[in-house]
Amino acid sequence: MTAALYDVAGPRARRRVFIGSIVSTVIIALLVLLGVSRFAAKGQFAADHWVWMKQGGTWRFFGTGLLLTMRAALVGMVLAVTAGGLLALARLARAAPVRWLATTYIEVFRALPVLLLILFSYLALPRLGIDVSPFTALVLGLTLYNGAVLAEIFRAGILSLDRGQSEAAYSIGLSYGQAMRLVVVPQAFRRMIPSLISQLVTLLKDTSYGYIVTYEELLRRGKANADFDSKWLISSYLVVLLAYVAVNFALSRVAARLEVRQRKRYGAGAIEAGTEDLAVLAAQGEAKTRSR
Amino acid sequence: MGVVFDHLGDYGNGWFTTIKLAVLSFLLAMAIGLVLAAMRVSPFRPARIVGTAYVDVFRNSPLPVLTLLFWFGLPKLDIDISRFITAVIVLSLYTGAFLGETIRSGINAVALGQSEAARSIGLTFGQNLRLVILPQALRTVVQPIGNIWIALVKNTAVASFIAVPELIYRTGQVNTAESRPVPILIGAAVGYLLLTLPSGLVLGRIERRVAIKR
Repeated sequence: MTAALYDVAGPRARRRVFIGSIVSTVIIALLVLLGVSRFAAKGQFAADHWVWMKQGGTWRFFGTGLLLTMRAALVGMVLAVTAGGLLALARLARAAPVRWLATTYIEVFRALPVLLLILFSYLALPRLGIDVSPFTALVLGLTLYNGAVLAEIFRAGILSLDRGQSEAAYSIGLSYGQAMRLVVVPQAFRRMIPSLISQLVTLLKDTSYGYIVTYEELLRRGKANADFDSKWLISSYLVVLLAYVAVNFALSRVAARLEVRQRKRYGAGAIEAGTEDLAVLAAQGEAKTRSR
Repeated sequence: MGVVFDHLGDYGNGWFTTIKLAVLSFLLAMAIGLVLAAMRVSPFRPARIVGTAYVDVFRNSPLPVLTLLFWFGLPKLDIDISRFITAVIVLSLYTGAFLGETIRSGINAVALGQSEAARSIGLTFGQNLRLVILPQALRTVVQPIGNIWIALVKNTAVASFIAVPELIYRTGQVNTAESRPVPILIGAAVGYLLLTLPSGLVLGRIERRVAIKR
């Protein structure tokens, strides 16, 4: 798309691009070199800084950490999608009080940091007579927040559908519930998938806030390993970071794939969900780019 | 709710630190985002590749992990910076990746004919970008950029992990002293709502002002 910013290059422009490419390569290489030499100068590449990776026990330690991260993420995803769906339906409901309640909940909870909601679940609920484990507190916090965000994605998906669809459904005698269930939701759902997956990636990243409520997820395991020997510090955190990036990157790729396929098959427009979640916005940006 | 009013000073301190964190990080992130967007639309392949790699890594990294890595890791490289600056750096590196993507998508969303028309009347690449593309591109991304601002305000909460005295950290201190988490955390929630909800309203107004009817 950006090719239109400049014409097809002639000989002079090609030479300029060539020189520019070399210059930018050199600049980037210098920056990388600077970082690497800093690492090397402080002995970060020495074998004793990475030796923990040779022990099977530590890998098991990290592996179970990743599993616990996944467990919190999966339970959180299921609950958040359920809550989000119910909230979206409530916000589109015909009864005004239901609509108001849902709207208030959504607007308030997606305007709060997810960390605050996790802390509230962990610290405040026991005072209200509800006992929570670190796992429950984390999952509950994630659900309270993501339920509100997902509700907006779902609502945007439903509203993005052409009115003719529901009108046609009513005209052949379907009730509101039937029209929603048989006509509107199945079509809207396809449009939501990319935004939905992006938000689920955010949820997965946010499980690392569980660190603060002592849930034994990957970050906490990484810190335990880092605290074991100060030489292992950077290597431990880097491995944790790499694990998250790998998992999230794979998920994001799936989302991008689905988006392209869906566009080809249905030519459906991406939804403009009124959310402020970064990943969702990025997905929408990409969608916009690709749709052109 | 009495406890909240007893500690309004603490909340206020934290609230202002949160604002400072968010504003500084946003300015820095904007600079990073503009450079990234330029890299990703530039004719230089290495710049494009590095820009893409940066975005892929930072967009997929959890903020808490980045925060701990930078705070504990940098001193190991003999780079000693304060907690506050560490938080600003992490938040702007992370947010910059999202801003870069948004600005780029804005550039790509400007109709192709605009660029072609600019080229056909003889504008150079730079003139084209500055006079034709960017003024239109920035308008289309006002809303997403505003949303990134709101997300950033919420994300500053992660700075409490490394004891930057922002709103969450102060709330924690108040709770340690008073041990009444229910009203105390609700107080913090009100603090965040006072930032995020008005941001949304102001944004809506700006959006309507700059909207182009196509």
